[in-house]
Amino acid sequence: MTAALAEKHTGPAPQPVRNSPPPPARRGRGRERAFDDVPRWQIYVPLGIYLVFTLIPFYWMFLFAVRPAGSTSLVPWPMTGEHFSKVWNERSFAVFFQNSMIVGVATLFATTLVALAGGYALARFDFRIKNGFMLALLCSQFIPGALMLVPLFEIFKNLQMINSLGSVIIAETVFQLPLSIILISGFIKNVPMTLEEAAWVDGCSRFRAFCAVVLPLLRPGLIAVGSFAFVHSWNHFLFALMFLSEQDKQTIPVGLNTLIGADSVDLGALAAGGVIAAVPVVIVFAFIQKWLITGFSAGAVKG
Amino acid sequence: MAQAAAVAKPPKVPRRRTASPRRLPYLLIAPAGLLMLGFIAYPVISVFYYSLQNYNVTKPWRNGFAGFDNFSRIFTEDDHFWTTLGFSAQWVGVQVSLQLALGLALALIVNQSFIGRGISRAMVFSPWAVSGVLTSTIWILLYNSSTGFSRYLADAGIGDYGTSVLSDTGTVFWAATVAELWRGVPFFAILILADLQSVSKELYEAASVDGAGRMRQFLHITLPHLRDAIILATLLRGVWEFNNVDLLYTLTGGGPAGETTTLPLYVANTGIEGHDFGYASALTTVAFVILLFCSIVYLRLSKFGGDHK
Repeated sequence: MTAALAEKHTGPAPQPVRNSPPPPARRGRGRERAFDDVPRWQIYVPLGIYLVFTLIPFYWMFLFAVRPAGSTSLVPWPMTGEHFSKVWNERSFAVFFQNSMIVGVATLFATTLVALAGGYALARFDFRIKNGFMLALLCSQFIPGALMLVPLFEIFKNLQMINSLGSVIIAETVFQLPLSIILISGFIKNVPMTLEEAAWVDGCSRFRAFCAVVLPLLRPGLIAVGSFAFVHSWNHFLFALMFLSEQDKQTIPVGLNTLIGADSVDLGALAAGGVIAAVPVVIVFAFIQKWLITGFSAGAVKG
Repeated sequence: MAQAAAVAKPPKVPRRRTASPRRLPYLLIAPAGLLMLGFIAYPVISVFYYSLQNYNVTKPWRNGFAGFDNFSRIFTEDDHFWTTLGFSAQWVGVQVSLQLALGLALALIVNQSFIGRGISRAMVFSPWAVSGVLTSTIWILLYNSSTGFSRYLADAGIGDYGTSVLSDTGTVFWAATVAELWRGVPFFAILILADLQSVSKELYEAASVDGAGRMRQFLHITLPHLRDAIILATLLRGVWEFNNVDLLYTLTGGGPAGETTTLPLYVANTGIEGHDFGYASALTTVAFVILLFCSIVYLRLSKFGGDHK
């Protein structure tokens, strides 16, 4: 404690976070939250360094996407939209974008609904194959999706679903399910059973009680799980690469891969494609990152 | 479809609430169970089955039962197996340990209260949402020799023109490592930060009253609290880093000269490009067994869920 206090005085003045009387304030603050004694520079310096490492790559991509071909300027001015219109129209990113949206949104809803049902069963019932089912969920985490490509391809070929977005939606949903079920059952366990029982006593059916009482409390968790599913399927590319060979069915990551693999890589177009790929997930992420943290800490499955 | 069934089923059940609780849980896990049986269990079984077969689309005359030939070929003849397995181990080890160290540090920093915390969190976590292909895209832009980072460094007199870190066998590992760290650290930071929310403030109060400094508080309160979360996160991430191929596939393509080929990448090349699906299945089976064995040993050694609290 003494060391922490001494350090505090040598560091820059702490930000006035709380208004407490001066002399006992130091001890009072220390008691409230010991870690608040960290000198400010010990927060801002490493954070600043890490922020530079995180943001420069994004900036670099943005820079390449908006500066005219042949320019070597490090400032994105003058801006041009030529790369964007090129990838959007000539390289069919408009179509890829639409396909990725369909896959992402469909996976989001399918995963959330199926996982909600399964998670509810695990959280609220004891049944004979429960432990076996849990074990299967955990074991499936060890299965490399990349190595299931050939058998999955054969299955979808038999179902006549090759070159249909449905194959990718199913595959993404299935591989997203185990973790989603585990997380959701954790969230449901955190909702006291007595709340539901009270609703039954009031005459609600099990389903209505669930919708009226449990569902609203699951919101942060469902947002975490749903956004996980969306971001994951938006990003994942092996299934789309394998199952969708027609160009008008492909998704954004496959389009990016094509740009990377081109004989002479058009860096401007590649960067513009990257920006198009990044925008939806970064927006989703900006909205959900708070819920992500509360969602995970609520859903922490222990014991 | 299956998800439609999931919504349709629950409302029917309550009418017979007295009789239903026996069947309801089965109805509820049915959609998930059926999907996983059809699209995970069945492919896994067929991989096991094909691992005992000669199955090569380009050499159909040799197809048929092979017994353990594929497996003995892996362990006795195939040097690629050992080199790619070694590289996988190196990749997973370096990634998981660095991601954990940086992610833990980052989580501790953004768990403090300071001005600009919300926006800093959003920014440092944002690469979590970025895909392997997009990560490759970004780092290809940074690493390329004509207009990438090195060119501007060379302009300033550092290094020389014409070096691409991705085509040099000496630098490619670290080039790929940095790219993967960039998007991997937020995963650990998010999970650890989530777990930090549940550390009881009273413990720190008591510790500081007893005169424990920040380092001792970290070692004796924070770290033990985070233990299970760290074990679980490292395990999940280790498996994920082992299995995931999209970054290396698009960034280096396993090259140069096979320098960055992981075992799954080798399997994918054998099965998909080489069409030797029987052998690829045997490799998959071996990889799966190694992964499962390592995970069990790891959980045992780390005493996950033990009585440390």
